[in-house]
Amino acid sequence: MWQFIVRRLLISVPVLALVSLMSFAVIWLVPGDPAAVFLDAGATPQQLAQVRHQLGLDEPFHLQMLAWYGRILHGDLGRSILLNRSVAAAIVERLPVTLSLTALALAFAVAMGIVAGLLAAMRHGGWADQSIMVLALVGLSVPEFWFGLMLIFAFAVRLHWFPAGNFVPINVSFAGWWQSMALPAFTLAAVQMGFIARMTRSAMLEVLHQDFIRTADAKGLPWSVVVARHGLPNALVPILTVIGIVTGGLLGGAVVVEQVFSLPGVGRLVIGAVLSRDFPVIQGTLLFVAVIYLLINLTVDVLYAVVDPRVRLE
Amino acid sequence: MSSTAPPIESVTWFGAALRLTVPALRRLMHNRSFVIGAALVLFVALIAIFADLLAPYDPLRSNFRARFVAPNGEHWFGTDHFGRDLLSRVIYGGRISLSIGFFVVVVTGVAGTTIGALAGYFRRLDNPLMRLMDALMAFPAILLAIVISAVLGASVVNVVIALSIATSPHTARIVRGSVLVVREMEYVEAGRALGASDLRLLFGHVLINALAPLIVRLTYVFAIAILAEAVLSYIGVGPPPPTPTFGNIIAGERDFLETAPWTTIFPGLAIVISVLGLNLLGDGLRDVLDPRMKL
Repeated sequence: MWQFIVRRLLISVPVLALVSLMSFAVIWLVPGDPAAVFLDAGATPQQLAQVRHQLGLDEPFHLQMLAWYGRILHGDLGRSILLNRSVAAAIVERLPVTLSLTALALAFAVAMGIVAGLLAAMRHGGWADQSIMVLALVGLSVPEFWFGLMLIFAFAVRLHWFPAGNFVPINVSFAGWWQSMALPAFTLAAVQMGFIARMTRSAMLEVLHQDFIRTADAKGLPWSVVVARHGLPNALVPILTVIGIVTGGLLGGAVVVEQVFSLPGVGRLVIGAVLSRDFPVIQGTLLFVAVIYLLINLTVDVLYAVVDPRVRLE
Repeated sequence: MSSTAPPIESVTWFGAALRLTVPALRRLMHNRSFVIGAALVLFVALIAIFADLLAPYDPLRSNFRARFVAPNGEHWFGTDHFGRDLLSRVIYGGRISLSIGFFVVVVTGVAGTTIGALAGYFRRLDNPLMRLMDALMAFPAILLAIVISAVLGASVVNVVIALSIATSPHTARIVRGSVLVVREMEYVEAGRALGASDLRLLFGHVLINALAPLIVRLTYVFAIAILAEAVLSYIGVGPPPPTPTFGNIIAGERDFLETAPWTTIFPGLAIVISVLGLNLLGDGLRDVLDPRMKL
């Protein structure tokens, strides 16, 4: 098992090196002078030179790269030129919001997705199956930000069930946190649960046609036990794969949904940086998010090995 | 479908395409997802193509005496905060949004296919190319697209570039997977024995049999691109106003959700219908062309 994890970690090293290079390279995509893009057109040459210095653009190319790798290896993601503070500190400060949003959305999506998928598989071809699948597909076709706006309109503006965009940290008041998180988490989950429902259904359908299920059924086990104890565990690997993909999708979706619901998370940090061309924040957050993404993939791979021992031997 | 190897002399693009298309079309016509999806896509595409004939008003012409008119017989979708007719804006917006989707499909199709084919066929290119794709896929696709579009500068062309960079790696991985399988088939070996060059084998004989998963993937790419354009516009890094797109109509009216909800509802529904049609189309194509794929 440990051998498997170590091998899997070693494979991600070159990808990690490339990912950090790409995060840094974003600044090369700027047509023209990045410092001029950051400042207004009326900037003095001194101001331009100062921003160029802050961005490290006055150094030769290889020194810029060396400095970047040297810094990130020490966990230093650079300094924001707009906020004049450490990028890592800004991320850490906003991380709890994004993580709790993603976790809550993931819980919603997994619960709704697996239940819906199981129900569809067990009523294969019936009206329940068909309506669940139609709903799942419609969910996948709805832009998250628009669905969020619709929820705000219905539940905050019209019905006043939830406050519109007033974030309350969980350590201040749990009820307040729940009130501010429920709608955004549901927005994210409603869109992503479609993937889980579709995969659960098709994986379960495949498993339920196998001989050992017929045997379990024939020896008189209640059908619910057959599905829960013999069916679902054997459908878990593809479901896990899709949960991994969905977690990534939730992380990306959180960037947008935080914007819609004015939640002070990492997503708003990066969007703010993108709109003001605060390059150190863009580079640092890109790298940070990619590392989280890779860690999620790693976790999913390790979970495969836990669920299905054959994977370890590959 | 893709695994049957036709006799080698008939494996030209045209011959193989014909062989694949005729029976597949027959089965597609019996697939409910495909038929409904195709109808929706055709509906949306025709509206976009004939926007000039269908739009009742000029989408850019403002009328300050008719701001925030609720939907009625004269303005079916109402008007926005400049008094512009929303139906006309959605119709013309569809033209831009669907074009963006279409060009993303073309660019991703070419880039993803080329990268995937080279990686799958030439063993020495496999590792470097796919590690590069892995690295690109380590970023959430939507974040990558937002950053690239913002850094390049918001415009229709840059949105297409940004979205293509975000969708190509996955496409390349799919093409590589099929090429790896097809490359080992006997008819490819036969072709090699007859003296066909690698490039001719790859682009003339191998890729044609790896086509099914690519077509399915590109249908979904089209859907993803329309959704992503809307997100980019909403964030403020999409095609700039006043040119309407599905996304920037919503973005432009976001402050008026309470007073004029129709300005948000209708363009959103237009996105849902277009994307739903493409997703249904993709599901139908997948069921018929590539039954092994599950998502």
